[in-house]
Amino acid sequence: MAAARRISSLVSRSLPLLRGGKQINGGRGMYRYSTAAAYENPIKPPVSVQYDKLLIDGKFVDAASGKTFPTLDPRTGEVIAHVAEGDAEDVNRAVSAARKAFDEGPWPRMTAYGRQKILLRFADLIEKHNDEIAALETWDNGKPFEQSAQIEVPMFARLFRYYAGWTDKIHGLTVPADGPHHVQTLHEPIGVAGQIIPWNFPLLMFAWKVGPALACGNTVVLKTAEQTPLSALLVSKLLHEAGLPDGVLNIVSGFGPTAGAALCSHMDVDKIAFTGSTDTGRIVLELAAKSNLKPVTLELGGKSPFIVCEDADVDQAVELAHAALFFNQGQCCCAGSRTYVHEKVYDEFVEKAKARALKRTVGDPFKAGIEQGPQIDGEQFEKILKYIRIGQDAGATLETGGDRHGTKGYYIQPTVFSNVKDDMPIAREEIFGPVQTILKFKDLGEVIQRANNSIYGLAAGVFTHNLDTANTLMRALKVGTVWINCFDTFDATIPFGGYKMSGIGREKGEYGLKNYLQVKAVVTPIKNPAWL
Amino acid sequence: MGGERNGHVEKSTILIPQVKFTKLFINGEFVDSISGKTFDTIDPRSEEVIAKVAEGDKEDVDLAVKAAREAFDHGPWPRLPGSERRRIMLKFADLIEQNLEELAAIDAIDAANLYSLGKMMLINNGIEQFRYYAGAADKIHGETLKMSRQLHGYTLLEPVGVVGHIIPWNFPTQMFSMKVAPALAAGCTMVVKPAEQTPLSALFYAHLAKLAGVPDGVINVVPGYGSTVGAAISSHMDIDMVSFTGSTVTGHRIMQAAATSNLKQVCLELGGKSPFIVFDDADVDKIAPLALNACLFNQGQICVAGTRLFIQEGIYDKFVARLLELLKTWVVGDPFDPNVNQGPQVDKKQFERVLSYIELGKKEGATLLTGGKPLDRKGYYIEPTIFTDVTDGMTIAQEEIFGPVMSIMKFKSMEEVIKRANSIKYGLAAGIMTNNLDTANTVSRSIKAGAIWINCYFAFDNDAPLGGYKMSGFGKDMGMDALHKYLQLKSIATPIYNSPWL
Repeated sequence: MAAARRISSLVSRSLPLLRGGKQINGGRGMYRYSTAAAYENPIKPPVSVQYDKLLIDGKFVDAASGKTFPTLDPRTGEVIAHVAEGDAEDVNRAVSAARKAFDEGPWPRMTAYGRQKILLRFADLIEKHNDEIAALETWDNGKPFEQSAQIEVPMFARLFRYYAGWTDKIHGLTVPADGPHHVQTLHEPIGVAGQIIPWNFPLLMFAWKVGPALACGNTVVLKTAEQTPLSALLVSKLLHEAGLPDGVLNIVSGFGPTAGAALCSHMDVDKIAFTGSTDTGRIVLELAAKSNLKPVTLELGGKSPFIVCEDADVDQAVELAHAALFFNQGQCCCAGSRTYVHEKVYDEFVEKAKARALKRTVGDPFKAGIEQGPQIDGEQFEKILKYIRIGQDAGATLETGGDRHGTKGYYIQPTVFSNVKDDMPIAREEIFGPVQTILKFKDLGEVIQRANNSIYGLAAGVFTHNLDTANTLMRALKVGTVWINCFDTFDATIPFGGYKMSGIGREKGEYGLKNYLQVKAVVTPIKNPAWL
Repeated sequence: MGGERNGHVEKSTILIPQVKFTKLFINGEFVDSISGKTFDTIDPRSEEVIAKVAEGDKEDVDLAVKAAREAFDHGPWPRLPGSERRRIMLKFADLIEQNLEELAAIDAIDAANLYSLGKMMLINNGIEQFRYYAGAADKIHGETLKMSRQLHGYTLLEPVGVVGHIIPWNFPTQMFSMKVAPALAAGCTMVVKPAEQTPLSALFYAHLAKLAGVPDGVINVVPGYGSTVGAAISSHMDIDMVSFTGSTVTGHRIMQAAATSNLKQVCLELGGKSPFIVFDDADVDKIAPLALNACLFNQGQICVAGTRLFIQEGIYDKFVARLLELLKTWVVGDPFDPNVNQGPQVDKKQFERVLSYIELGKKEGATLLTGGKPLDRKGYYIEPTIFTDVTDGMTIAQEEIFGPVMSIMKFKSMEEVIKRANSIKYGLAAGIMTNNLDTANTVSRSIKAGAIWINCYFAFDNDAPLGGYKMSGFGKDMGMDALHKYLQLKSIATPIYNSPWL
C-alpha cells in the first residue's frame, strides 16, 4: 500500500490534474532499491490472453495467410502469445467491413444520443474490468502495473466518457453571407478512418484515436503496434459488448511495412491518423500522398526541453524533471529529454538529479512500488545502450547508470548525463529511454533560442514562479504543449500535438474532433430576407 | 365531438405509488417548514388531496440560500473537475432511469401528464438532459484573446453562483431537469421552487440527487407559493441569478424584484401565442395531426403551443374538415388510461380560466366550431375546443389561454401572414408548414420567435436552445446556450514581454 502511494505520488506530481488536483507528498527519501532479485522470478500476471486474432466485422478471425507472430514479455523476452498477423489482404477485408458499416450501417445513422449511450456503457465496462485490462497492458508492455491500473485504465474510461459527451454537441455554423444567401455548415463524419498506434501507451493511444473517431460517427480500421497487440483486442471485445455494431471498429494486428503500409495507401480509407516515430510519419504521409490524398494526422517524435529557471525550488524542480523524463521507462514522445538548468542552480540540480535517479525503483512491473519496468523490446534496449555509449564518447559526464539493470529482460539503469552540449546526438535525437541529459544555460533569450533549435516541437516544461518569465517562455517556445510547473498533464480536454517535425494536427479535446469531421458548406438564396 | 370517456374510465390498473417525499429539502435533509405549515397538492382527476406538503416561506428560503451559499463558497461542487461533476450527474441519470415508472406515476397524479407519455417520453427527456449536461460539464471553454498591445488576454467562464430556479407545473420533470442539469454542470448551487400545484417529483429528484452523490446544499427544494417563496427567491440579496419559467405576468414581478434587490441576473421563459402556419402546398393528411397536437398536447398547457392556426385560403376548408375528422378519435379522460389523448387541466383555477376564455371568444364573435364545454364528470376536464373566424384583435388570438383551445385564421399571402404572425407581444415559437424552400427560408427569418419548426412541431432536442423573443422572455433553456447562462465571463489581461507574435 505504501508502494502504491509512492507510485501515485510520482504520477500525481507529473499528472496533477489526473488526480483531481490532489498533491500527495510521498516521502521521496524512502526510495531504496536493491538491484537483486526483482526480475529473477517474474511474477505470474493475474490474467490470461483470450483474444489473439484479428477483429474484422465484429468477429475474431485468423489472418488470410494463416500466419501469426509472437508478442513478447519485456521482462523476460519470452513469448506471451502468438497473434494473428495481418497483411494487405486482411486490411482489405477490414476496410471493406468498415466501408460497409459506414455507407450502409447503423452507426453514422443512429442518433448522437444512441452513440453516446454505447460509449458510456463501454466506459462502465472498462471500469468493471479495470485490473484485468491493466494486467494485460503491463504484461505486454512492461509498464508498472500500478501505473496501468491506477492511472491509465481509469484515464482510458475518462477519455471515452469525454468523447461520449461530444457526440451530441458537434456543431456546425450558420454563416453570414455577402448577399441574400442562407449559409450553413454541416460537420459530417469523414468516413473510414485508418489509425496506427504505437506500443508505449497502447490503451491510451487507442482512446485518443478511437474515441473521437467513433463519437463523430466514423468507422475505423486500427493497426496496433506489433509489440503490444493484446489490450486493444480485449477492450474491443468489451466495446462490442456495449453495443457497437459490427464493422464499426476493426483491429488488424501486424507490422508497419505490411499492414501499416496497406492501410496508409488504401484507396478506400478516408483518413489516416498515426502516432509513432518521425521516420515512419514521413512514410505515412508519403503513402497518403501517392494514393488517394487522404488527410493525415501525425503525432511524432520529440526532444522536449524542460527549463529550470533561476528562481526554482531545486528539490521540486528535480522531482518534476525526473518524472518528466523517466515516466514510462522514458518511452514518451513528449519526455522532457533536454533538461536545461540555469547556471545559478545547476550544480545543486545535477547532484540532486543524480541522487533521485539512484533512488528510482527498477524491477518487475507487477511488483508493488516499482517505478520503472523493462524497456519494450530488444531493439529499443540496444538502441538506448548505444545512445549511452555515444553520450560518453561525445564527452558528456555520466553521473549515474549507463548500463543494463540485472541480467535478464530489457531493464536499463536510470541514467543521468550532465555537461551535455546542444550538438551532441544525445541532445538532438530521441532516445526513448531512461536517459536524462542536463544542460546549463545563462539567460532566458539564450535558452529560448537553444530550446527551439531542434527539428522537433512537441512539448516543453517550464519551471518558474516568475509570471513574466512564464508568459515569455510560453509564447516563445515552438511546441504544441507548454507545461508550466507541471509535466505530462494529460486531460481528455487538453489538445496535444506537435510543431515542426513532431507532427501535424492535434488530438484530444475539442480539437481532436476536427480530425474526424468533414465540413460541408450549404448555400441557398433567400428571397426578401428580414435581415442579413 | 370526439369519443371522450365521460366518467367511464376502466379502473386504473396502474399501482399509484405512495408519496414518499413531502418535506422541504434543505442542505441534504428533508425538513419541515419553520412555520410548520403545509399545503394540499391535489389530484386533478378527482379534485382530491394527494398529500400535504411542507409549505416554505421566506425563512425557509433564507435557510436554503444559506446552504446553497455555503456549498458554493466553501463546498466541493464548484471545485470538482468537470469530469467529476459529469460522473455524479451520470449516476443521477441512471438513478432516475431506475425509478422511471414511479416518477411517471407521480407526474401523472400531480400534474395529469399522461402516464404512458411519461413512461415513454417525459421522464426519459429528463434522463437525457442530465446525460447531455453531464457530458457538457468538462466542455466549458473560455478563449485566449487577440490583444492589440503587448498583452496576454484570456477569458474564464466561472459558475455564476447560487441560482434560484422557479419552475412551472405543466411538465414538472422536464422543467426540473431543464433548469437543474445545466446549472449543475456549470458548478452552481441552487434553490428550486417547484410549482405549488406539482411539488412531488422535484422532491423525489432531490432525494435521487443525494443518492447519486450531489453534495449537500447544492440542490435545495422549497415547495410553496409564488407570493411567498417565489418572491423571497427573486428578491434575495444572496442569490446570484434567478431562472424562471412561467407566465409573463409573473415574469414582470420577478424581474422587478431582481431590480429592486441585488440586480441579480434574470432569465425568463414566459408565455407564448405561437403561430402555426399552413401554406397551400402542405400535405393536409400529414400536417393536420401535427396542428392538432401542437395546440392540444398536454391539455394545451405548454408555453410553445401552436394556438394560432393560420391556414392559407387554398386549403382552408379541406384542412379544417380534416381537423374535425381527427377529433372524432381524440379521447379525453384519465391520464392513466393508455387510450387517452388528453387529461384534465391542472387545477380549478386553470380550468375556470380556460372556460372564461371560451366564453370571451364566443362573445367577441368567433365561431365555436367544436367543443367549448367542460366534461360532465369529476375532475378538471375540458373538451377540445376550436374557434374559427377568429380575427387578430380578438382576446383569444392575443392572450395565452393555456388550455385545449385552438383559434383558426385564414390568410392569403406570405407577406400578410408574416405580418399577422408577428403582430403580438409574444415570440416564443412558430410552425411553418410548406415544402417550398424559399417560403420556408423567408418565413423562418421573418418570424420574431425563438424557435421555428419547419414541417414539424415540438422538435425539442437536448442540443437545441429554446427561449423567447419579445415578451416571451430572454435567456435560453436547453443546448449549450443554457449552460452558458449559468456561467459568467471573466476577462483577464497581463503584460507580456518580447513575445515573438501578437
